[in-house]
Amino acid sequence: MDNPNILALSVDDLTVAYDEKPAIWDIDLDVPEGALMAIVGPNGAGKSSLIKAVLNLIPRAAGTVSFYGEPYEAARSLVGYVPQRGSVDWDFPTSVLDVVTMGLYGKLGWFRRPGKAERALALGALEQVGLIDFADRQISQLSGGQQQRAFLARALVQDAQIYFMDEPFAAVDAVTENAIVSILRQLNQRGKTVLVVHHDLQTVAEYFNWVTLLNVEIIASGPTAETFTLENLRKTYGGRVSSLHGGQLLAAGAP
Amino acid sequence: MKATRAPSHEDRRVWLVIGGIALISLLLIPLSQALFGLRFTYTVRVVALGGAILGFISGALGCFAVLRGESLLGDALSHAALPGVAIAFLLAGRELSALLIGAGIASWLSLRFVAALLATTRIKRDTALGIVLASFFAAGIALLAYIQSIPDASQAGLDHFIFGQAAAIIESDVRLASGAGLVVLCALALFWKEFKLVTFDAEFAGANGFRTGLINTLLSTLIVVTIVLGLQLAGVILMVGMLIAPGIAARQWTNKLEQMVILAAVFGAFTGGAGAVVSALDSDIPTGPMIIVAAFIVVLLSLALAPGRGILWRQLRMRANRRVFAALNTRRDLYRYALAHGAADSPVPDDFIRGVGHRSAELGLRQLQAESQATLGEAGWQLSESGIELARRDRRNQRLWALYRRYAHELSLPSVTEDREAEIASLLPADAVAKLEAKLVERADA
Repeated sequence: MDNPNILALSVDDLTVAYDEKPAIWDIDLDVPEGALMAIVGPNGAGKSSLIKAVLNLIPRAAGTVSFYGEPYEAARSLVGYVPQRGSVDWDFPTSVLDVVTMGLYGKLGWFRRPGKAERALALGALEQVGLIDFADRQISQLSGGQQQRAFLARALVQDAQIYFMDEPFAAVDAVTENAIVSILRQLNQRGKTVLVVHHDLQTVAEYFNWVTLLNVEIIASGPTAETFTLENLRKTYGGRVSSLHGGQLLAAGAP
Repeated sequence: MKATRAPSHEDRRVWLVIGGIALISLLLIPLSQALFGLRFTYTVRVVALGGAILGFISGALGCFAVLRGESLLGDALSHAALPGVAIAFLLAGRELSALLIGAGIASWLSLRFVAALLATTRIKRDTALGIVLASFFAAGIALLAYIQSIPDASQAGLDHFIFGQAAAIIESDVRLASGAGLVVLCALALFWKEFKLVTFDAEFAGANGFRTGLINTLLSTLIVVTIVLGLQLAGVILMVGMLIAPGIAARQWTNKLEQMVILAAVFGAFTGGAGAVVSALDSDIPTGPMIIVAAFIVVLLSLALAPGRGILWRQLRMRANRRVFAALNTRRDLYRYALAHGAADSPVPDDFIRGVGHRSAELGLRQLQAESQATLGEAGWQLSESGIELARRDRRNQRLWALYRRYAHELSLPSVTEDREAEIASLLPADAVAKLEAKLVERADA
C-alpha cells in the first residue's frame, strides 16, 4: 500500500432510494489508496447501487462522495469502470478492439476521433487480458468470460487511479477468473485502488486485502484479516452463512 | 501482435453490396425506361430524387433506432406528428415548411411526454408508448376531420400525411429535404463517437463524463427530424417501416456500425426512390405502402440470403457441420474398434459401425468414403492410411486437451480458451505443448 493515509475514495452519508425504499442507507466509507477491496453482501444489499451512486450514474437522495479529496466532476479521469457484463447488447455491430477503444473516448473528449495511438493502447490492453487474437472479432463471437475480459481491457486503457468493477467474476470460466485475478494483483502492485462487487465468499480472503460488508447499510469495512470474520458475516447475511460455509472460508489464506 | 489491416473478405463483400445497390438505384430510371417503356416526366424524376434522398436519411438514422431497441418509439413519434400538421395548417395554412415544423414540435413533445410518463409514474415503457401513440394520433384525426368541415379551406391533400403521397412532392420540397437532411447527416458524423458509445453502453459513457442525457436527446431529436422529413412520402402510419427496415436489412450483411449505416442509407435510397416512382406513375397507389413493401422485400431477402446471419447460410453451415462431426465420430469409432481387434487397419463390420453410430454413421461413412479416409471391403470398413493418420492425431490431440484441463494450473501453462476441435499446438506455445507431451508419456508409464 502506497500510503494508507491518502484516501482514494471517501463517501459520507450516502443514501439512494428507489420508490421510497432505500437501496443503500447512510453509507460512510473511506477507502485508502492501494486497497484491493471486495464489496460483499446478499442479493438486494445495494452493492451495484453503491458503485453507481458513487459514479453519479443514479441520483443520490443524500450524501457526498470525493475521490482524492475532489468531487466526481473534477476527478473523472481518475476513475475506471467495469459495468456488469449483462448491461449491454453483445450483438451490437462492433469489434472487440473497438469496444476496448471506447475506454479512451472520455480522454478524447467531444468530437475527436481515436487514431493510431489509441489503437496501440487498445491492442496493448487486449494483450494483457489474453484477447489479442480476438481483436478483429465481432463481440457476439466471444464467450461470456472473454466478454468480461474485453470489458476489463476497456477499463485498463482508461489508465485510472481507482477502479470500480461490478461483478467481474459472475459466471466466468476458470481461465477468465485467473486472468482477472492476475490483473487485479498487477493493478494493486502499481498502487491503484480497486473496488470489486463480489459474490463468492470463498475467495474473498484469497483475492482481496480489504473488504466491505454491505447490507443496505455498511456492516463492516476494513482490512480483510480483521474485518472478514464469521461474526460480521452473520450480521451481513443473517444466520444463513454459518450453515452454508462454516468457519472454513475464513481460513482460506487470509493475508 | 496482429497488425494487418488489409480489408477482409467480409469487408469487400459489404462494399460490393453497397456499390451494387447504389448502381442499381442510379440506373433505375434509364433501366425501367428501356425495359418497361415507362415515361419519366420531370415530375416523376423529382419524386424519384425526393424519395431516394429521404430514404437515404431515414435509413442512416434508423440504424440507431434499431440498435437502441426503439423501433416502437419511432412509431409513436411519427403517429404523434399528425396533430402538429393539423394545428400548423390551422395557424399558417398549407405551407410545407410550416406543416413540417408543426409535425416536428408535436413529435418532439410526444417524446418528452413519454419520458415524463416513465419518470413520474410506474407505467411500463411499451404502455407509455401505446398511450402516446393512440392519444396523439386520435387528436390528429379529429383535427383533420374538423379541418375538412371548414368550408373553403384549401385542405386538399392534408390527409396525404396519413399514408403518404409522393406525387405531391415538388422541387422546392426536395430542396428543403436535402438541406435539412444534410444537417442531420453532418450532426451524425460529428457526434458519431458519442452516439456509438451511448447506444452501446450508456452507463460506461456516463462514468466517462459524457452527458448521456444530452447525447440521447440530441440523437432522438435527429430521429424526430428524420421522421418529420419522411412524413410527406411515407405518411405517419408507415413511416416507422421506412425508418427501421433498411437498418434491419443492413445489419444482416455486416458486423460493423459504419458499414451498417452506409448500407442502410443505400437500401433506404433504393427503396425510397423505387417506391416513390411506382406510386407516382399511378396516383391511386399511395407511396407509403409502396416504399414499405419494397423495403421489406429487401429485409426478407437479407434475412434469407445474407452470408453469416442469413437463414439459408445458417442452414448450409449446419449441414456442413453435421457432416464434419459425423465423419469425425465415425472415424473415432472405426479406429477404436480396429485397434481393439488387432491393428489400426483391421476391418470393422458394417453392421457394427451402423449399429453404434445410428443415422449419423450413414452420413459419416459417406463423408469418409468421399475423402478416401475409409473404404468398404469384403470384411467391412477399413481406415485408409490417411484416415489412420488423422485418427491418431485426433486421439493424441484429445488427450493433450484433457491433460491441459487437468494440469494447466499446476504446470502454470498460459490460459487459452479450450477448443477441442482445434490442434492444441495451434493455440498453445511450443514449450507448453512439450510439457503436456511429457505429462502424456509420464502417465502412460505409470
